[in-house]
Amino acid sequence: MAAHPGGLTAVATNAVSVRNLIRGFGPKGVLNGVDLDIAPGEFVALLGPSGCGKSTLLRALAGLDHDVKGSGVITVPDRVSVVFQDSRLLPWDSVLGNVTLGLREHDAESRARNALAEVGLAGREKSWPHELSGGEQQRVALARSLVREPQLLLADEPFGALDALTRIKMHGLLQDLVALHRPAVLLVTHDVDEAIALADRIVVLDHGRVATVRTVTPDVSTAVDAAGHEALRRDLLADLGVVGTSH
Amino acid sequence: MSAAPVLERPAVEPHLDPALAAGEDVRPTGRRLGPGRRRRLAWLLGPAALLALWTLASATGLLDPRILSEPWTVVATAGELLADGRLQENLAISAQRAGLGLFFGIVVGALLALVSGLSRVGEALIDGPVQIKRAIPGLALIPLLILWFGIDETMKVLTITLGVFVPIYLQTHAGLRGIDLRYVELAQTVGLSRTAFIRKVVLPGAMPGFFLGLRFAVTGAWVSLVVVEQINATSGIGYMMELARTYGQTNIIVLGLAVYGILGLLSDGAVRFLERKALSWQRTLAG
Repeated sequence: MAAHPGGLTAVATNAVSVRNLIRGFGPKGVLNGVDLDIAPGEFVALLGPSGCGKSTLLRALAGLDHDVKGSGVITVPDRVSVVFQDSRLLPWDSVLGNVTLGLREHDAESRARNALAEVGLAGREKSWPHELSGGEQQRVALARSLVREPQLLLADEPFGALDALTRIKMHGLLQDLVALHRPAVLLVTHDVDEAIALADRIVVLDHGRVATVRTVTPDVSTAVDAAGHEALRRDLLADLGVVGTSH
Repeated sequence: MSAAPVLERPAVEPHLDPALAAGEDVRPTGRRLGPGRRRRLAWLLGPAALLALWTLASATGLLDPRILSEPWTVVATAGELLADGRLQENLAISAQRAGLGLFFGIVVGALLALVSGLSRVGEALIDGPVQIKRAIPGLALIPLLILWFGIDETMKVLTITLGVFVPIYLQTHAGLRGIDLRYVELAQTVGLSRTAFIRKVVLPGAMPGFFLGLRFAVTGAWVSLVVVEQINATSGIGYMMELARTYGQTNIIVLGLAVYGILGLLSDGAVRFLERKALSWQRTLAG
């Protein structure tokens, strides 16, 4: 799989465009000049070891880094949704209230009910968040982000706190939902297999820079091309500096 | 074997345990660290025990009626005062004072907490004076309040208000400032307006603190009431007791105390009931 530098596609058609993004300066710099483009409907996974700046990049795109010093140019669409690692449901609001949070349209409630049905939680509208399992809470968070019909979905290790079985189910659910709503997606993860299973393109971040960019073909992603799948996995682990893995 | 404590490990031949053989449920139920299941009316147990002790001491003559009237005398006195209407009359005026003071105190305390909690300017202006007010005992203000407002109802309600707003302010403010920053971030990402942010995140998030403050405030309202009614009043439960003191009527004094106690308990129970309804989303030890 050939690596190629990101940021060479046509700017005008992109959902996301990041140019020379710097956050923090000097030896403590978190992002040291990141360029990144995401096409509409494209699923990009941002992979990297802890502390490589991947969450910082996501927070910059989400507009959540008011207090951070930095420079660079960021273009994002109007409708951006964020899914956090914790489901971040308001504990004092019902499941339905959490999904409609901030919606101003008059049909907000019926849309929220549809979104909850899409994530398989029809009938749980009146529950309190604490009555749901961790996986169910994260599905509510997905419903909350998708009910806004985002052009860009930012997901910060959304399945990181879930057990392995629930995580696999959530991968399938996310794929279905993304196929249905077609947002551009930036998924931050440290899980190589998750990145391969979900993304069209994998960006590896290292020390605040884009280290490598690898595209994932459907055959590789689903391991129909088993050899390609294994090669990509090995390459990514090497990118991440993990050596001597026994797979 | 069968009489052994549940937590003890069976030492020999556990399969011969008769309880097991009988098919009984002998799961070693590990001790729960929480206080256990909630029981209705359990809070009445302590007061009831106190009442029983008082009755016993009076009946056995251990307690001189001149020191503390017998419970039945107090009940009889209550009957007499109810019959001639004095108890209801004084109770109504006392309840009105406490209610008004509580109402204004809650409004003022909650508003100040909101302004102080949501803006740095508000905090700089409000928090200091409230802390100073907190350091001054409420009763020390009474001479000044009498000079300003005389001894009519305004002064009484104002004294109660001043005692009430402080705990409401302190607890609501603390609750507000304790709201998780992650929810503030969430509010940003879903594009909440300032008003919607206050309505959906700030107010519900500050509710637990507010209710804690309310419980202090309700108790405080009764305390302030007693003081203003015993210093300079011509009506109210406190006045009734003060009058009884000059005639040495212990039974009326004790009746007044009992009325205050019952009012305090009832109002605290009411607040706790409201709290459970309003905070049903919480999962805590209280259950």
